[in-house]
Amino acid sequence: MKIAFTSEGTSWDSLIDPRFGRTENIVLFDEESKELTAVDNSAVKNDAHGAGTATAQKIFELKPDVLITGNGPGENAAKALKHIKMRIFVDANDLTVQQAYNNYKSGNLREV
Amino acid sequence: MTNPKPLKIAIASGKGGTGKTTLSTNLAAFIAEQDEVVLVDLDVEEPNSGLFFNGILTHEEDIFKMIPQWDESKCTLCGICPKVCNYHAVIQLGPTILVFPELCHSCYACSELCPVDALPMIPKKTGTLRDFQIEKLHFVESHLDIGEEQAVPLISKTKKYVARKYSHVSITIFDSPPGTSCLVMEATKDADFVILVTEPTPFGLHDLSLAVETMRALKKPFGVVVNRYGIGNDEVIHYCREENISILSKIPNKRKIAELYSSGKLMYRDFPEVKHSLSDILDYCITAVRGGIA
Ligand code: SF4
Ligand code: SF4
Repeated sequence: MKIAFTSEGTSWDSLIDPRFGRTENIVLFDEESKELTAVDNSAVKNDAHGAGTATAQKIFELKPDVLITGNGPGENAAKALKHIKMRIFVDANDLTVQQAYNNYKSGNLREV
Repeated sequence: MTNPKPLKIAIASGKGGTGKTTLSTNLAAFIAEQDEVVLVDLDVEEPNSGLFFNGILTHEEDIFKMIPQWDESKCTLCGICPKVCNYHAVIQLGPTILVFPELCHSCYACSELCPVDALPMIPKKTGTLRDFQIEKLHFVESHLDIGEEQAVPLISKTKKYVARKYSHVSITIFDSPPGTSCLVMEATKDADFVILVTEPTPFGLHDLSLAVETMRALKKPFGVVVNRYGIGNDEVIHYCREENISILSKIPNKRKIAELYSSGKLMYRDFPEVKHSLSDILDYCITAVRGGIA
């Protein structure tokens, strides 16, 4: 399984970025290879318009099976994400990527 | 009275709640005592100038903007359209092109650059325009539809309607949206003169300096009206002096004025000093634009 997190940083200790569209980074964990990688999203963050749809496009290209984020996607982004076969978990605000992953594993995150 | 050139005055402010709408409505009503005038509420996300008038509705129309519509049967999935849209209003998710009408700026880029004409532009309703008349005053307002995120096309269409219908009217006043965004630029860009309304407070000064930068970038002639003069401090006045910005008028802070404003009434009739201010402001605009030939 590939898990994507919206995150302020690029490591396990980085905090989850509560914003979907304007997240600083997208952190990816590949459960098979145990590899943790990060994709910079700051270019999108600084766009005045359409950050949600742009980030959705990026997520699509990364093809994760699961997305873990904070506040949840906005209306347009949600519309886009419907087209992606992926489970979405929210409310990981104030957690680190590691904590969010643990909570997801133990079934303590809300799925939308 | 025939005038040499119709005069377009935009009234703007760095933020909401500075009395921009009060000034717009009172100035329009004041002019309408003698001349035909058009007041246009371009704060399409939250139009409220209408609260001040009980006019007769003379015209109502739906306003449309053009958006691309994906023709799946023609599309070759070449990937061009998501790359050319600056607003991320069209994205590609594998074999699907998704258009987000609320984000679209109607720039036609995707439609024109699609090599196989798979994104023809079609109209989509974006808001409603209403035109009211109260004797010599025409009041035009547009309301952005709920969920619609792009106000620029509606503002631009509203201005076109006014230009078409009221080209004979000598003075048009545009109540601009608050802020310094692209909406303000759209609302003020073809005005002959811009009035920036501010309050003599630190926040007022901060927002005013941003608005001044915007006007300078647009190379617009502008002046400042200080509302609620008497509260706060004199920093706004000093700032204007240093920056060589004309202060058209200082409207005194009076509780009675604020009360009348919040009750949605025109207040200049009850306050000779306000009426005087309006007259100064109008004279200044006319002189600034027409070089005193009015
Ligand atoms: S018309 Fe312009 S703004 Fe609208 S989707 Fe196409 S490229 Fe984007
Ligand atoms: S530009 Fe035209 S052909 Fe290319 S992906 Fe977009 S809609 Fe399809």
